Amino acid sequence: MTSNRIVGASVPRKEGRDKVTGRAQYIDDMTLPNMLYGATVRSRVPRGKIKKITFGSGIAWNEFVIVSAKDIPGKNCIVLIVDDQPCLADGIVNHPEEPILLLAHPDRHALPKAVDTISIEYEPLPAVFTIEESEEHREIIWGKDNTFKTYLVEKGDIDGVWEKADYIVEGEYRTGAQEQLYIENNGMIATYDPERGVTVWGSLQCPYYIHKALMTLCNLPADKVRVVQMETGGAFGGKEEYPSMIAGHAALLAIKSGRPVKIIYDRMEDMAATTKRHPSRTRHRTAVTKGGKILGGEIEFAVDGGAYTTLSPVVLSRGTIHAGGPYYWPNVRIRAKAMATNAPPHGAFRGFGAPQSLFAMERHMERIAQVVGLSPIEIRRRNFLQPGQTTTTEQTIREAIDLEKLLDRALELSNYHAKKQRFSKDNRMGTSKKGIGVAAFLHGAGFTGSGERNLSSVVDVEACADGSVRVLVSSTEFGQGTKTVLCQIVAETLGLEYDDVTIAQADTGEVPNSGPTVASRTVMVVGKLVQSAALGIKQTLTTSGALERSYSPAEFRTACQNYVAAHGTFRSSARFEAPSDVFWDDEKYRGEAYAAFAWAVYVAEVTVDLSTYSVSVNDLVALQEVGKVLHPVLARGQIVGGIAQGIGYTLYEKVIWQNGRMQNSQMTNYIMPTSADLPPIRVFFEEMGNIHGAFGAKGIGELPMDGPAPSIINAVEDALQVRFDAIPLLPEDIFEKLATESISKSGPHSAGGVQSQ
Amino acid sequence: MTTNISSGGRAKCELSFTVNGERRTVRVHPMERLLDVLRQELALTGAKEGCAEGECGSCSVLMDGALVNSCLVPILQAKSANIVTIEGLAAGAQLNCLQEAFLDFGGAQCGICTPGMILAASHLLQRNPQPTIGDIREGLSGNLCRCTGYVQIFDAVAKAVQFKART
Amino acid sequence: MRSDPADYELVAPANLQEIVALLAEEPGTWLPIAGGTDVMVQYAAGKLSARKLVSIWNLPELRHIEVLADEVRIGAGCTYTDLRENETVGREFPLLVSAASWTGGIANQNRGTLGGNVVNASPAADSLPALLAYEAELILVSIRGERRVPYLDFHTDYKKTKLASDELIRDICLSRRFSEYFSYTRKVGARQAQAISKVCVAALGRLDGGKVKDVRIAVGSVAPVPLRLLETERIVQGKAIEPSLLLLAKKIAVAEIRPIDDIRSTMRYRSTVVGNLVAEFLEKLRANEPAI
Repeated sequence: MTSNRIVGASVPRKEGRDKVTGRAQYIDDMTLPNMLYGATVRSRVPRGKIKKITFGSGIAWNEFVIVSAKDIPGKNCIVLIVDDQPCLADGIVNHPEEPILLLAHPDRHALPKAVDTISIEYEPLPAVFTIEESEEHREIIWGKDNTFKTYLVEKGDIDGVWEKADYIVEGEYRTGAQEQLYIENNGMIATYDPERGVTVWGSLQCPYYIHKALMTLCNLPADKVRVVQMETGGAFGGKEEYPSMIAGHAALLAIKSGRPVKIIYDRMEDMAATTKRHPSRTRHRTAVTKGGKILGGEIEFAVDGGAYTTLSPVVLSRGTIHAGGPYYWPNVRIRAKAMATNAPPHGAFRGFGAPQSLFAMERHMERIAQVVGLSPIEIRRRNFLQPGQTTTTEQTIREAIDLEKLLDRALELSNYHAKKQRFSKDNRMGTSKKGIGVAAFLHGAGFTGSGERNLSSVVDVEACADGSVRVLVSSTEFGQGTKTVLCQIVAETLGLEYDDVTIAQADTGEVPNSGPTVASRTVMVVGKLVQSAALGIKQTLTTSGALERSYSPAEFRTACQNYVAAHGTFRSSARFEAPSDVFWDDEKYRGEAYAAFAWAVYVAEVTVDLSTYSVSVNDLVALQEVGKVLHPVLARGQIVGGIAQGIGYTLYEKVIWQNGRMQNSQMTNYIMPTSADLPPIRVFFEEMGNIHGAFGAKGIGELPMDGPAPSIINAVEDALQVRFDAIPLLPEDIFEKLATESISKSGPHSAGGVQSQ
Repeated sequence: MTTNISSGGRAKCELSFTVNGERRTVRVHPMERLLDVLRQELALTGAKEGCAEGECGSCSVLMDGALVNSCLVPILQAKSANIVTIEGLAAGAQLNCLQEAFLDFGGAQCGICTPGMILAASHLLQRNPQPTIGDIREGLSGNLCRCTGYVQIFDAVAKAVQFKART
Repeated sequence: MRSDPADYELVAPANLQEIVALLAEEPGTWLPIAGGTDVMVQYAAGKLSARKLVSIWNLPELRHIEVLADEVRIGAGCTYTDLRENETVGREFPLLVSAASWTGGIANQNRGTLGGNVVNASPAADSLPALLAYEAELILVSIRGERRVPYLDFHTDYKKTKLASDELIRDICLSRRFSEYFSYTRKVGARQAQAISKVCVAALGRLDGGKVKDVRIAVGSVAPVPLRLLETERIVQGKAIEPSLLLLAKKIAVAEIRPIDDIRSTMRYRSTVVGNLVAEFLEKLRANEPAI
């Protein structure tokens, strides 16, 4: 086989032409004959018993289809990990914006008025809104103790390290909620007929999550539920779990009315009602030697899960496993918990718990450096994980990663040392202060621990009548380039032209379950499966004698055509099998957490304007090791896009909560970066290869979300010599901190939270 | 009392305008948004609703040569106007140089902002055929993109400028 | 879309005369809509209380920029793009051009109008401090005739103006006497583009022999209406700009404003930033550093 003709090249995006011409069909672009429009009546209170529902006057209610919990044919829940989230509230609500009733009408303009006239009386119940309130247990709002999930990771003898420590360094770090803010709002269309069951089309990431949820909700067998992904206008995790809810609503209205029903959220509804990144709190207590070596530490990681379990256990898991960063901890104890509050459930968002705990780790490294009296660079150098060492979950680093080399290259690319020196001199004058900050981090690709084994994903590759081959996976395209890269892998594997490979629409009626499109797993895990399924096609053709061992793309096409003409189309399948050397213990939370880690060092340069207390990022160098880069343009696009979201997370994007409800659910008031706000983002790759992924690729999508926050906040601290341990960091926060701390007196070295022994 | 008013009213009215070079007549309420008329009456779904408040730019179209958010234009104000949507940018199968550049340089990821972004870029290049990077940043600042971090969009626009200059 | 188009009436009379006649027939009933950048937002959110709208978009009588010997008359229907592209406005009224460039993205600048910004009367509107600094005057028209009023006290309270229910702004008149003044303007928003101001300052000044001869300082987003800081202007008048004056000016400026805590910022932050920017203006005036 010719090596890497197609993999490694920036071939055109499969669906790119449709996207640049406006022909790509998103859910709101689709219309079915006789279709109704659906709307959702939601809770206005954070917690309470529903006493009475009144349908207002002046509305022709007989024209509306109305669905309540009573109309649910199956079980009233959105099946995911724990079945605690109802599809429609039945008697009690646990968060603002919780769905209570559904309406449908042929005229979409009739719906907002109708929704407005419905008044619901509640008997309010006390609610909790923060991790602290939840862990106080004064009010139990979920289960026995408001706790969705806990983890305990233990390595070595943590209780023995404190007396050996020269310093014990403590810190507490917080991160806020973040809205995914895909530009396409959520939407679904559902149809129902008794013979074919329920079909839904929509904007979504995980067709088989919805498939499973609809089977339970509608009490239908697998073959009576079909889920089809339309072109999806951004997701970032935000269309991982909530689309099951919307699909359920559309399906219930379709079942009751017997007509197709379309539900499209507008921006306000989407922002207020659907999931956001989990707010978090991380506490570190670390034992360090005079030489700056970490002896061990305790890490407490807590996330606010909102009112129902949804994905909180797995978000918490990823945050827990990443909490130690890319450092060697001879001894560690990590306690993690996901707490319930009366807010809409928080959910998946690029990074999935890791940006939260890594922010804490990388801020804490700065504090350790200050206490020990080392530079931020040196403290990291002395504690980096080395090949052969083990992570906090005792996963041995088998790849030849050299984090010091990665760090050195990032420092050189960013001109770190010269800038650092110049800034500290220049900052003595003037009202604008510059700073530079570093963050080193890692991101595990694929599902955590035993996740991939449990998923047991399947992919198909099909030989088609025209001689082309077609990829069939439930992995979805929502901007990352899924379709393109999987086709590249197959074309490369089979020695075909890129155009000889197509990919099926993600339709559960046609494609096997290759798992959800999450966790940076598509290229590495699904790509590897697609590669092996593709080889099956070749094997069939060569075994049958239709194809020689060595062939041109044209010869393959002819052989394939001939074979299919004689025997019909055929598919080759591949199923995930866990490598035998990968071990994970779910009880002890110990073992090989991920098949591969991507590694990175980011360097941010900022200016803080002391007239307005605003921070601007002037430069961001992003250096990462992600295995083989299969498509340079797409890979760079993933990194830059993730960094832009990370900059928003750090400096702009604040969800303003009041009693569990988002107050700024408009794009005008929830501030994401515009084209005028972003610095030059300079992306560099180290390629080391990876035995687990197709052509040596690792996961890439989530990694860039982890680095901006700590590198930027470290740079702000460098500029102002004042510590900030929470994001988002808005000008108002900087102003308040500076107003209470005199800049000259409060160097970081004199700050609290440190004991010397 | 509005009978002597030259056009509009409350009931549906018939009005014509040009879309992508074609004369179109619709019968709609005068307060219908141009965006909805394009999408629902004319099945031109390239313009998208992202925010309904003129913030995201994904509904951008050109109206008499000016970039506008079609979610903020009552259809009566588009009477007799010349509208260009993303569907009107390519000449048949031949992509416009911006479309080509967006395709080649990673300017489109999920694609939802892409029609508006390309129209904003097209409007920019019409007014300013040799934009600086600062001009590009400003010219596109009303079009939000959550996927790309904009950098590859800037690359694409800069390449389209070069391409245009050559041809 | 949270409103039903069938519930709204929209008419587009052919000329200004017909429009003012309509306004006079049912005073307070008809809401003029120009580029729709405010009205259509409320409409889509289901929050537009007016049910009858009259389009004044692209009316020739409202969309012209007239350069007279001692003033420039800007038609109320001129868009921000019109302002940015006009050579005289660009040369002589940099505060206004900066404000125009800050207002929304290009698409909104192509539709949003200066008159609309005045009538909408948001305290956060970026062009209003500039108009205050230039001591603009407004020509209001109605079926009863026209009148010319100073812009200085046009805004009476939050979103309230002196415009009568049958009136329309026809022109915004800017005196050309400030063309030699030093200009300073700064917008503090949550991001670089498409941001609603947390604080906006527009100021003009002139020194004579190292002392302040004349200043105009106007601020937005820090009171129910856009404000001229008349007391601060008075305090610095005739004085040399030195550290003690900066401190005093900051203090007076902060005392003149009435900022609030809201979804976008805090009272304390806004107060301090107004003080900082007033001081920054005076320092730049002293150094005569180009600030725009």
